[in-house]
Amino acid sequence: MNGLAPLFFMITSTVKVVTVFSVLMVAVAYTTLAERKISAWLQDRHGPNRVGPWGILQPLADGVKNIAKEETMPGTSAKPYFVLGPMISMIPALVTFAVIPFAAPLPTPWGTVPMIVADVPIGILYIMALSSLGVYGLVLGGWASNNKYAFLGGLRASAQMVSYEVALGLSLVTVLMVTGNVTLTQVVFEQQRLQLWYILPLSLGFILFVISAFAETNRLPFDMPEAESELVTGYHTEYSSMKFSMFFIAEYAHVITQSALMATLFLGGWDIPVWHGDDAFFFQGQWISGFDAAGAPVLAALAWWKTLLTLGMFLLKTGFFVFVYIWVRWTLPRFRYDQVMQLGWKVMLPTALTYVVVIAGTLLVLDEVGVPFGLRFGLVLTAVSAVATGIFVFWLDRDRIIGGASHPARGPLPPRMPSVDVPKLPASVGGD
Amino acid sequence: MSVTVKVMQRPEAGRTSYLRAALKGMSLTFKHLVNPRRATLQYPEEQPDLSPRWRGTHRMEVHADGRPKCVACGLCPTVCPANCIRLVGGEDDMGNRYPVVYEIDEFRCIFCGMCQEVCPVEAIHVGVHFENAEYTRDRFVYDLDRLMEQEHPTTLLWDPSDPKSE
Repeated sequence: MNGLAPLFFMITSTVKVVTVFSVLMVAVAYTTLAERKISAWLQDRHGPNRVGPWGILQPLADGVKNIAKEETMPGTSAKPYFVLGPMISMIPALVTFAVIPFAAPLPTPWGTVPMIVADVPIGILYIMALSSLGVYGLVLGGWASNNKYAFLGGLRASAQMVSYEVALGLSLVTVLMVTGNVTLTQVVFEQQRLQLWYILPLSLGFILFVISAFAETNRLPFDMPEAESELVTGYHTEYSSMKFSMFFIAEYAHVITQSALMATLFLGGWDIPVWHGDDAFFFQGQWISGFDAAGAPVLAALAWWKTLLTLGMFLLKTGFFVFVYIWVRWTLPRFRYDQVMQLGWKVMLPTALTYVVVIAGTLLVLDEVGVPFGLRFGLVLTAVSAVATGIFVFWLDRDRIIGGASHPARGPLPPRMPSVDVPKLPASVGGD
Repeated sequence: MSVTVKVMQRPEAGRTSYLRAALKGMSLTFKHLVNPRRATLQYPEEQPDLSPRWRGTHRMEVHADGRPKCVACGLCPTVCPANCIRLVGGEDDMGNRYPVVYEIDEFRCIFCGMCQEVCPVEAIHVGVHFENAEYTRDRFVYDLDRLMEQEHPTTLLWDPSDPKSE
């Protein structure tokens, strides 16, 4: 409880839960608008601009429309599971946000309030456990629809989740090894102490995480479960009205959570770059900003305006990644299913495994040599990661990540079947 | 091989790069994001720039005293390829012919403009107009009063001596 009185802790937690939930829901609504707007701009169109000025009330109109629409239930569906599907996919996407710190702690006369809904000690594990639960909604919905396209979509969702969860987890392992803990507050604090965001010391980990996160959220170029041109609309083919909408809320909530997670893990979370006045971490009963040369903790100077600034920074970083999600979706075409599987198992998994070993070895060497955790420590890691990223980009990315769709297979084509002369039928056969 | 077959030059195996191609595509879309070339016409606010030879729904020219210019000669129903004009002619006390009934079924009309071409007194015209929405189908049979009320500009006929309207 970070040294707060139980009653005050209860009150602040309730306020935080309600605020974060409502802000997240509004953000989800406006991400749908942002997606439509940005996709339009990328394609030289205008996007929705009829409801309210510049179309800013469009999400509201969409919501009203979806609630007012007729809800269909396929007669042959497994009804309890059919209803359960959208719920199961929606809840984990929203709940995951609870462990992401979104600003520097806020000092109040009754104690310092950490700006995180639940600073649980298992932070990243909690996220890993819950965010992959969302796929059960897709699988259940796809199976319960009793529709072959929905079923295929659900199957693909589960196959994709299994393939990329591994690479996602392994790329996170590097972050955990450098941080030495699984709480996201400490991930942010160690990035402040390192004076480098993990995107530099763990650049390849970042690339692997981004690719896996795209696959986890089922966004293009990994939208196998939906695949409009192949599977109608995949797992939500049979859904209509608000249930359909819930799948979309889940997808966008997932996008926002994954963006916030990328910002927290690799871009320093709410940390303001260069400036160290915002550093804060709860350490042994007090808020500290770091350690002095002798290793004694230095108390953090907290202020409400620092909380606001860091909140703005966090929103900026998260918003940037949400934009990248949308940008990528409207640029890259969908992979073939075999390409997705090949990328997951034959590229991402070995790369992530090797990278974990490389980073672990580097950390071991750095510890043995006795380099203190700080800028020099980070620069060595940056150099090692730069080499790894170089290998990934300049050697592995030569036909090995994704080959061209109509690229001829390596080597000569297999010999064709020799043509056989079919003997002509004698004129008498089949005649009169 | 036929001349219409285009052979794509594929890069050699081992030379393609997905990440570079993806980044190239993303830079292209980003260029369109910051520097859009929008072609969409914001229709109700912005009106399309119709050609003066656009052939839309009809209007009937009127004399200064409010009578239709039509003399009920019967040429337009005769020439109409879609057979959409119904004309019943009459004669007044002075011996002037006038249309008793003049109806155009705009659903049958193919907007060829031959009624305007054939009219000897320049009474019936096709017009530069396209916003014709109605709530019922029967509203699309325009009677004489309706045709005389129309205010949109009339169509410029094609001039064989100036085929490009220059």
